[in-house]
Amino acid sequence: MRTVNSLIGSPIERFEDLRFLRGRGEYVDDLAARNDMLHAAILRSSVAHGRIRSIDVAAARALPGVHNVITAKDMGNRVPRVPMRLQPLPEFERFGQPVIAENKVRYVGEALAVVLAGTAGIAEDALGLIEADIEPLPAVADRHASAAEASLLFEEVGSNLAMRFRALRGDASAAFAGAPYIRRERFRTQRHMALPMEPRGLLAEWDAARGRLTVYGGAKVLFFNRRTLAKQMGLPESAIEIVENDVGGGFGARGEFYPEDFLIPFAARLTGRPVKWTEDRREHLMCVNHAREAECDVEIACTREGTILGLRGHAYVDVGAYMRTNGAVGARNVAQFMSGPYRIPNIDIDVALQLTNKTPVGTYRGPGRFETDFFRERLLDMVAQDLGLDRVEFRRRNLVSQREMPYQLATITPFESKDELDSGDYHATLDRCLHEIKWSDKSKLAGKLIDGRYHGVAVGCFIEGGAAGPKESARIVLELDGRYSVYVGSSAIGQGLETVFAQIAADALEVTIDHIRGVFHGSTSYVGDGYGAYHSRSVVMGGSAILDAATKLREAIRTQAAQRLACQPSEVEIVDGVKAVGPGGKSIGLNSISDAGISADGAFLNKKHTYTYGTHAAHVAVDPKIGHVELLDYVLVEDCGRIINPMTVHGQAIGSLVQGLGGAMMEHLVYDQEGQLLTGSLADYLIPTASDFPNLRAIVFGNHPSPINPLGAKGAGEGGIIAAGGVMANAVANALSALGVEPRELPLTPTRIWELVQAASSNKQSV
Amino acid sequence: MPVKFRVNGRQVEVDVEPRLTLADCLRHHLRLTGTHVGCEHGVCGACTVIVDGAAVRSCLMLAVQADGAEIVTVEGLSSDAELTPLQKSFRKHHALQCGFCTPGMITTAHALLSEEPDCDAARVREVLSGNLCRCTGYIPIVEAVLDARAAYQPKAGTRDRGGDRA
Repeated sequence: MRTVNSLIGSPIERFEDLRFLRGRGEYVDDLAARNDMLHAAILRSSVAHGRIRSIDVAAARALPGVHNVITAKDMGNRVPRVPMRLQPLPEFERFGQPVIAENKVRYVGEALAVVLAGTAGIAEDALGLIEADIEPLPAVADRHASAAEASLLFEEVGSNLAMRFRALRGDASAAFAGAPYIRRERFRTQRHMALPMEPRGLLAEWDAARGRLTVYGGAKVLFFNRRTLAKQMGLPESAIEIVENDVGGGFGARGEFYPEDFLIPFAARLTGRPVKWTEDRREHLMCVNHAREAECDVEIACTREGTILGLRGHAYVDVGAYMRTNGAVGARNVAQFMSGPYRIPNIDIDVALQLTNKTPVGTYRGPGRFETDFFRERLLDMVAQDLGLDRVEFRRRNLVSQREMPYQLATITPFESKDELDSGDYHATLDRCLHEIKWSDKSKLAGKLIDGRYHGVAVGCFIEGGAAGPKESARIVLELDGRYSVYVGSSAIGQGLETVFAQIAADALEVTIDHIRGVFHGSTSYVGDGYGAYHSRSVVMGGSAILDAATKLREAIRTQAAQRLACQPSEVEIVDGVKAVGPGGKSIGLNSISDAGISADGAFLNKKHTYTYGTHAAHVAVDPKIGHVELLDYVLVEDCGRIINPMTVHGQAIGSLVQGLGGAMMEHLVYDQEGQLLTGSLADYLIPTASDFPNLRAIVFGNHPSPINPLGAKGAGEGGIIAAGGVMANAVANALSALGVEPRELPLTPTRIWELVQAASSNKQSV
Repeated sequence: MPVKFRVNGRQVEVDVEPRLTLADCLRHHLRLTGTHVGCEHGVCGACTVIVDGAAVRSCLMLAVQADGAEIVTVEGLSSDAELTPLQKSFRKHHALQCGFCTPGMITTAHALLSEEPDCDAARVREVLSGNLCRCTGYIPIVEAVLDARAAYQPKAGTRDRGGDRA
């Protein structure tokens, strides 16, 4: 006997693990070498900003083993641009990235030439033989130089300002005019990045006889990338298959369309031979989307009792050298999510997207939200201190309440896009988090010096958007053996899609999970139209599409069975997903009707977003002599709507939190004033290791299902990262309150904290 | 130049360029693609294999240096029949998501537990701090390794370098 719907909500161990644990995953670089395969290596600009005089590839071409060298010249006058996937505004087209540098280079790492050789080693050897003569131009190294416009990235456009977004709600100037209390602050978050552990890779095969192209190494948004590549290569979409192998992490960065996603297929068609390219880590750090470099000059207006009246100001996002794929999302979100989970009736925030000679930006888990949580939560603690308010009560007073849902967020121009918080009890996660960390006990330690270290505590709240539309597709096939195959347009980037979707499908089909033959997600050939994995959308969108396909498949099964059982479809009952029973108990096994080729396509269309929400709290000890911060306890509490697999949701909460702590405490892509990346290895770009943050906990529940999709699910997996910067900075400020230290910039490295302590003590002495 | 070594109990002979790393030799010459390459400069630990009993970064070792060595990769620590106790523990504790760092975690943890079956959490964290994971936040990996210690106790049976084959 089984109970229907017993799988959703169960901590099912993952099917993916069976191959990953044995080393049998198949990542793109693991694919077997093809006959006659060429290896690609890419010459990248070492100059941040310059005009290309010439690129001499003769010596490289002459090296034995080198088959060909490709530069922009080999594409005639038609060097394709990397398109905008999200916010494809016409204004951005002026700043599009050519897939290979044409006349200018605009960041260190930009592709100049592609060498194709019989081995990867020879291809790399040949890079050193290419002479790139580049006339250096003054590098635009930061947003101030960008705004000054003494040097222009795009002379023909005449400005380094790519766009300005604005978030509006109510009447901010009226609110500030009458406000009894106003505080203005400037904060900054640093450039850092997603850094999945698997570097990118591609293997392209061109079948000249059939005019077909197969590209392995896709991820995240296969269908959009196929559409892009089809246009660029002048092929029908149906002639291209993009295959997703096992993918070693995404976090927003992996799978977006990068220049190589054109260059490698182009090389395969040009040479008529399979071409493989595997990125090294240095290339990854220079070429994959960066994120998070934002600064704000923000003002808050409040009553003396602590009711927030308004928020206004300016923000500046360093978008790097080009606008590509999802490069505007972070900046857009900085505008929209400055208010976070709080009731702020009057908002006027504008965000300038400033071009610089650095790697272009894209989304990184919690885009714009990590930044604004830092800005806002820091500001809230400063206000609470000014007004003599309790930090927790101040937040509690201003959190959007359950009865205000759905709650309208600020409108973003130029899209006029509106959004609303869908559901939830924000006060409940705050209370639970305070309870779990034992706030009333721990807050007694605030600012105390114990054994040479100052203790600090902090709390902060967040919202996490999910469920981006417009659509997702699924198809379920009843196989000859009576089992079911599930095909989806969603993508797997390591999040456990195969297991979670099998749970959803099995419950919808009312079968045990071993009746699901597999969840297939890795190709543009499985469903007609897919949208992939971003904005925490897979469970809501793909899962709901599976529900739709399952309903339709069961109808089709009833229709087929009714013919065999000589009755009406409405009289057929499907029992345990394995047999169809008609009137009088006459039954037929589903495996005996599956030869009719029964399958059903399903879809889910959606224009609204889900909002997962929660609270973080931290307890730290700070050594003022060396600037070291030890995290003694950290609690994350979030409500992410209906939970499909509590084990995988919890795992993503913890994993995302540690990434957030990396962004708060250590990760930093440092550039010098010449636009040179100084952190081009994992010895320079530090991410958390097993010994950095041992003391943390996540409590994830689903008490408030989303009302806007049939599963009741919300996005999950980003909530851990979003509040980490703000909470850690507030905890450090709280610890060092006796010294008057107020961090306004991340990351909180020992050096930075030590400098803040030094500056604070010299200020005190000079007073 | 020709190199002979044993990998996962099997004697192999390969003809390699002197500059070929052991990682690339295992992956592309011997098709043992469970050993992953994440940084090629010895920081991430994804390419960790066991060479003569010690956990080693195969991206920092040349294939020619492996001449005469006994090498175990993640494939050698696995069986078709069922997961090993260490692998089962990883699955139970959800100690992997994308799976890319996992082979390096398994080989590193196996080498540690083989030598120090009584190690504590701090020791596990210290040893694993040479293996980067971007998905899990490490907490479940540490729990998985600690939970697998029982399988490495001498009384649990004979231990060999080929791992605890189930």
